[in-house]
Amino acid sequence: MFDFRLIVESIPFLAKGAVYTVQVSVLAIVFGLVLGWMLGLVAVSGVRWLRAIAWGYVQFIRGTPLLVQIFLIYFGLPTLGINIPAYWSGVIALGLNSAGFQAEIVRAGIESIDRGQTEAARSIGMSSFQTLVFILVPQTIRRVIPPLTNELITLTKSSSLLSAIAVLELTHAGQAIIARTFAPFEIYAAVAVFYLVLVAALSRGSALLERRVFVNY
Amino acid sequence: MAILRVEHLSKSFGATTVLTDVALTVEKGEILIVIGPSGSGKTTLLRCIHCLEHPDRGTIVLDGVPFGRGDGPGAWRPDPPRELDAKRGRVGFVFQRFNLFANLTALDNVSIGPRRVLGVPAAEARTRPPPLLGRLGLAEHAAKLPSQLSGGQQQRVAIARALSMDPLLMLFDEPTSALDPELVDEVLQTMRQLARSGMTMIVVTHELDFAREVGDRVLFMDGGRIVEEGRPEEVFSQPREERTRAFLRRLLRTGAPHHPIDHEAPPRTDPAADRRA
Repeated sequence: MFDFRLIVESIPFLAKGAVYTVQVSVLAIVFGLVLGWMLGLVAVSGVRWLRAIAWGYVQFIRGTPLLVQIFLIYFGLPTLGINIPAYWSGVIALGLNSAGFQAEIVRAGIESIDRGQTEAARSIGMSSFQTLVFILVPQTIRRVIPPLTNELITLTKSSSLLSAIAVLELTHAGQAIIARTFAPFEIYAAVAVFYLVLVAALSRGSALLERRVFVNY
Repeated sequence: MAILRVEHLSKSFGATTVLTDVALTVEKGEILIVIGPSGSGKTTLLRCIHCLEHPDRGTIVLDGVPFGRGDGPGAWRPDPPRELDAKRGRVGFVFQRFNLFANLTALDNVSIGPRRVLGVPAAEARTRPPPLLGRLGLAEHAAKLPSQLSGGQQQRVAIARALSMDPLLMLFDEPTSALDPELVDEVLQTMRQLARSGMTMIVVTHELDFAREVGDRVLFMDGGRIVEEGRPEEVFSQPREERTRAFLRRLLRTGAPHHPIDHEAPPRTDPAADRRA
């Protein structure tokens, strides 16, 4: 039946996988945040061709499966002579993917801020760039924490797809144990609990950020 | 010399003409009141003077310096961004809905302009506004965020913010019409104080008592044109134009004339209730 002993024995190996999952996710999150904010700001800029690029990027990312994007980078790029190890292919694919969704969140966040804020800033002579940096972005950050948290949770869970290119993250670690023990139920259940804990930690961190760092407005 | 000279100003939004060939001048220290029914173009006129809307054609000259490029009948073109920003900073604008920066304290709302636009060092930029806030009776609110202030306090901070740029001219776009009635007086009081200090002001308002008391000149606008112009006592007591008479009658009858976007105020029947000052 359900073999708890097996779960206990596999905890160290799964924990190693979880460390990989956290590493890959954190790197991809940072990459995605940087690129996502850049794209999101570009998407509300006055420069038409930049906006078009951001739009096209978001369409591509939203319109194709993450797994296909991962395969494109890991299996496709070597055809062009670009060989990226599985681990970094995973980071890049996840980061690029997340950036597309984060760009939309940032764009919507900035556009949701009352036009009067921009007009007031311009009325005292601030440039459009100053308005963005000192007025719009600070207000956007607070507003986008909940949707960005969602996106980061999605990203963390999506990192399980990297098992398909043999990155030894949590899911793949589970698969490796199952290949040896033939106990998919126990091990996948344990894997699921690991993900739950990771996601709970992320949610908690975001809630703290929302309350502590950005208090009143 | 006139602080502000506007000539042949016209503006349409799509097929809707909002301003037609508007001309006005404002002398230094003068207080110009603009009245008129909803949709008459008052707000658009102020916004065009501030280039928050770009006029289609016309001339705007502020203290001898043209705002944008356009001559009489020629199409109006905005200045390059940097120039436009610099010129905008010399005109204060007070919005109907305050538009205080929601992420900044009252003090920072008032210091961000000098600091970021005028390049005043941070330390100095934070020491200059307190006297300004103090003069407007806002010293105790310096550290509060806009969401912690009443509407009247927010509007007074907004006035202080505009003043922080040391403007040549202040534009007020119905500064009291988004306020609850009991908060109107503190804002009008601040504006009176400002008027006494010699500030040049253009005020779009429906507060007739205030207009009569403070205004040097009144413009009545209707349908995107200036219909009548004169000293307050003339325009209010003996309006020459039928449209002005009709508007003033309506205003005196109902108090708040028209705010479709605001909370609905039931029409009041007692004319004395409208005379707030």
